Amino acid sequence: MKELDPLVFLAVFQEMLGPLLWLMLLVIIAGTAAFIALLVKEKSINSKRLVRAELAGLLGGVLALVLMAKVSSSGFTDAGGPADWFLIALVFGLGLIGTAVLVYTAIGWRKPAANG
Amino acid sequence: MKKDVLEQCIAQTVKGGIDRRAFLTLGAAGAGAILLRPAAAQAAPRVRTSANIVIAGAGAAGLAAASQLAARLEGAKITLVDARKEHFYQPGFTLVSSGIKPASYVVSATRDYLPAGVELIEEGVAEFDPEGRKIVTTGGKSIAYDYLIVATGCKLDYAAIAGMDVEQIGNNGLGSIYHSPAKAEATWRAMSNFADNGGVGVFLRPGTEMKCAGAPLKYTFITDDYLRRRGNRGKAELIYNANNKALFSVPIVHEKVRMLFEDRGVKVNYERILESIDLGKRLAVFKTALGPVELQYDFINVIPPMRAPDAVRNSPLRWQEGGWANDGWIEVDKHKLRHKRFDNVFAVGDVAGVPKGKTAASVKWQVPVAVDHLIAQIEGKESSAHYGGYTSCPLITRLGQAMLIEFDYKDNLTPSFPGVIAPLEELWISWVMKTMALKPTYISMLRGRA
Repeated sequence: MKELDPLVFLAVFQEMLGPLLWLMLLVIIAGTAAFIALLVKEKSINSKRLVRAELAGLLGGVLALVLMAKVSSSGFTDAGGPADWFLIALVFGLGLIGTAVLVYTAIGWRKPAANG
Repeated sequence: MKKDVLEQCIAQTVKGGIDRRAFLTLGAAGAGAILLRPAAAQAAPRVRTSANIVIAGAGAAGLAAASQLAARLEGAKITLVDARKEHFYQPGFTLVSSGIKPASYVVSATRDYLPAGVELIEEGVAEFDPEGRKIVTTGGKSIAYDYLIVATGCKLDYAAIAGMDVEQIGNNGLGSIYHSPAKAEATWRAMSNFADNGGVGVFLRPGTEMKCAGAPLKYTFITDDYLRRRGNRGKAELIYNANNKALFSVPIVHEKVRMLFEDRGVKVNYERILESIDLGKRLAVFKTALGPVELQYDFINVIPPMRAPDAVRNSPLRWQEGGWANDGWIEVDKHKLRHKRFDNVFAVGDVAGVPKGKTAASVKWQVPVAVDHLIAQIEGKESSAHYGGYTSCPLITRLGQAMLIEFDYKDNLTPSFPGVIAPLEELWISWVMKTMALKPTYISMLRGRA
């Protein structure tokens, strides 16, 4: 009873997000695959493109926080302790990294010859 | 060090589960799942049996029990008996009465969660006959059983408060968050009106056992916060009336709430029990050691005495002596949930006569234990499953913050995230769990998936 089955997490997230869960997983898997494929193809990281992607990532992090505040009927301004700052950093970080990777990949595949 | 933790985590995942501490390494997001913990791994082969199992009540406990039995048994006849077609997500009632969620947030249909192969009889239970191993429905149907799980929940005894009229909830400063989704929403309108105008707000809890004993406290905190946000706290006086000498049954939590009430300027009266109310004059009368005390109110959150439903209360299933006999709670072993006198009868959820927690989290922990003992009995074995009284209460202390309080029969705090989510700290993350993760976890529990 004190064990936690990972399938429980899947069940809970499925209840929470419905079909959106599968769409999100698809975007994450396809995005990561496309990103890795791009790295393999180019054999280097394009720094100019990376900076642009990171700037977009900042926006993505903010959007993730706004979304979180909306669905939880509250705001990150309600933070009351270290665990809250950790959660805020986590949500912002995931939004940032996710957006940056997707934007970097998208630009990379759209303008492969233009050096980003 | 990190590698060790990771290896440990992976090893345990392979074993089929992750222990509490190792789980921390997965991060706190989505952590609501741990509040309503999962059943034991159900990889074991299904048990073949022709047992006839009746579950009285198709609320959270009844549905969760049906799902787990259906998953673990093959060939058993499982029958749920409940007159209500709607299913209420009761942990959401506070959010509805706080204007956070609409009434529709807490309403769905029992049939949405009915496991395959389980029959639902849409009638109430009129009589329990444990000697004759049968129940009689309100429609006069007699249903025999080999095993019975009683999960009828409790009765809200509004009639025990003289002058109370549930039709008036929402009018003239009368609130009551427990009655129903519609009345929870009506209570929000009355409370919101009070937050606009100020006056005297009266809060209380009944002198009986009750479901979610944190809810009366939460609603006091939420009302205080609305008054502050609307700039009217100075025009209001908030009075909380405890039924005994404590604000919460766990002493360390009582102290914390006492300090918070002091900080928020909430006055506290101890040993006061609402006995009558004059809705027209907005006058509440409390029973105290010194005789009746009147309180004039502009808003009141009435929480009625709670008792076992009449059919249970009038049956041989109830405690025969002690404080619980009169209210009719079922006499079960508090660690096994098995009836003390009828060994083929179990009680789970609110109706079980156990010392702590009438909450969904209790249900989550009780049901697998009762089911495990029942199945072991079918197989002629002994189960070692044990319920330690774990329950949890995300105690909202203002909009956007809650304290994630988890405890057991011994009044010990049993935090799921020690060192990360402090149980007596007002945190946003605890609020996030309450508003985002709890309902999906609860629904997964009904389906037997969590």
